[in-house]
Amino acid sequence: MKSRSWFRRFALFFGFAFLYVPILSMVFFSFNNSRLVTVWDAADSPTLKWYRALLSNDQILGAAWLSIKVAAVTATGAVILGTLAGLVLARFGPFKGRTLLSGMTTAPLVMPEVITGLSLLLLFVFLEQLIGWPQGRGFATIVIAHITFAMAYVTVVVQSRLATFDDSLEEAALDLGARPAKVFFRITLPLILPAILSGWLLAFTLSWDDLVISQFVAGPGSTTLPMVVFSKVRLGVSPDINALATIMVTIVGLGVVLSALYMRRQERRVALEMQMAKSEK
Amino acid sequence: MTERQGHVSGEGGPPRPIDKSNEYVRIENVTKRFGDFVAVDNVSLSIFKGEIFCLLGGSGCGKTTLLRMLAGFEAPTSGRIFIDGQDMEDTLPYERPVNMMFQSYALFPHMTVEKNVSFGLEQEKLPRKEIDQRVAEMLETVKLSELARRKPHQLSGGQRQRVALARALVKKPKLLLLDEPLGALDKKLREATQFELINLQEKLGVTFVVVTHDQEEAMTLASRIGVMDRGEIVQVGTPTEIYEYPTSRFVADFIGSVNMFEGRLTEDEPNYVRIHAPELSCAIYVDHGISSAPGAAVWAAIRPEKIELTREEPAGPDNRARGVVKDIAYMGDMSIYLVKIDSGKMVRVTLPNSVRQLSERISWDETVWLSWDPSSPVILPQ
Repeated sequence: MKSRSWFRRFALFFGFAFLYVPILSMVFFSFNNSRLVTVWDAADSPTLKWYRALLSNDQILGAAWLSIKVAAVTATGAVILGTLAGLVLARFGPFKGRTLLSGMTTAPLVMPEVITGLSLLLLFVFLEQLIGWPQGRGFATIVIAHITFAMAYVTVVVQSRLATFDDSLEEAALDLGARPAKVFFRITLPLILPAILSGWLLAFTLSWDDLVISQFVAGPGSTTLPMVVFSKVRLGVSPDINALATIMVTIVGLGVVLSALYMRRQERRVALEMQMAKSEK
Repeated sequence: MTERQGHVSGEGGPPRPIDKSNEYVRIENVTKRFGDFVAVDNVSLSIFKGEIFCLLGGSGCGKTTLLRMLAGFEAPTSGRIFIDGQDMEDTLPYERPVNMMFQSYALFPHMTVEKNVSFGLEQEKLPRKEIDQRVAEMLETVKLSELARRKPHQLSGGQRQRVALARALVKKPKLLLLDEPLGALDKKLREATQFELINLQEKLGVTFVVVTHDQEEAMTLASRIGVMDRGEIVQVGTPTEIYEYPTSRFVADFIGSVNMFEGRLTEDEPNYVRIHAPELSCAIYVDHGISSAPGAAVWAAIRPEKIELTREEPAGPDNRARGVVKDIAYMGDMSIYLVKIDSGKMVRVTLPNSVRQLSERISWDETVWLSWDPSSPVILPQ
């Protein structure tokens, strides 16, 4: 079964090529000296000139800074709300509407972004007419919109961590005289922290990536990095966009890899601890 | 059965007197329902200061639910629980003078042994110095001082068990609840730990309530055992009482093994009874009276170790049976014989292997006589 036939090698190679050749070619051309994106200037390449050009582009730097702020605030907000939702779903026991609530928390995962974006836009406009808030659209509306979908991912991560959490740990802490709030901060939170951090990184990445929803809820003067890229590309692909995209891919990739590695390390540790507990039987 | 108590404690049961004047826990008509399922059914029970009380029963008999109600993790559907004279109805788990040792030990994996043990004292807002001192003393008591800075996953099963015990005992509770305290340990370690646990309990004078499904564990640990079945307490008594004088077929069957003979009371006098058992060719003669009407259908229960196995025909007309040895299980210290008596019923007999020569022992397919003392059978209502 484990034979590495040429067909399997080919399938593996082709599969990965299909996924990563586009990104690799983009990374490759970001070091190209030529103004023409698709013509490799062998004489003066590789060069970092497009990266240097980015550093003096105030529009892009401003957008990047905004994106980082949005992503950080989103991730923090999503982690707080998502942890609460995950706790309720994992700990509340069976109650009426549990399945519905659990389904509703994760629905944004599959909801078309266009619809999420549009509905949020309508809500913001309506709210502004009704109570005068939010005044116009910008940072706050983007963050709120991003939290709504990023929270779903955090909820799933936290909930699955809590599902393997030994309830008697919390009971033991209560039994030893700790009040429920203390039990949460001294026992539950430290133990699910890996899942929460991993959720934070995931939420950060999702917010950093998002174009569609941001398009709907952003206002003048609050252009995120993906929006800048998109609008620039519509005027024709320029090599500095290659450089910018390479940086973005790197950040996203780092976020995903870190979050995955961290989760896996923690899971291995838990598995090891559980195995050790069993082997002593 | 109460009149036999003096007699019972002289029979080599644990020499731990129970001070019945000092009731510490009172459970009054407690019922717990989960939806339609009745986990604990109208249980009333008194547990006295300084005793080791074992709740013994199979899985799902409600013993753990009862323990969790004492800890405050479950509220009774009806009935009341008093600890040290106080009604526990509105007392939350973190306010009760009770600590629990969990079946899984529930050690905090992110804290060292020391931190695990000091956690409970920190909640009492004691001065740091006192906390450190008490933790050190407790770790000394359970022989874990060298491992104070280890994390739980760096400990063996037996060490973890001792951390869990130390963590629960360091708060100096009046009542310690133990959920299957030895369940996760291997047999050798379990035996050693049992005696350590008893010593510790005697030293600290804490009242223990132990939940277990293991009858051997209950027999060695307990000063009294409460046998549970389907949410009810079916018998409460010392290990000797439970073993020698079970009051129901369930208890007789559950604790140890037993041979059951179906029968009918033929003679019922204050100082003896005679039972006609169709499976035996003679009557069962018991040298004490029982409170049952003549003609009543009863079970006569005889423990395997109380039956004698001889090649010669025993004297006397009653309490005997002839059979053929069908199977022998050699256990080292003793052997279990399965004897098919003339009626076809299989009877279990255990004999100590007090002699070494194999030739002297009764062997397969030998015709043998079974006999027992008139005091041995326990008569149970059907």
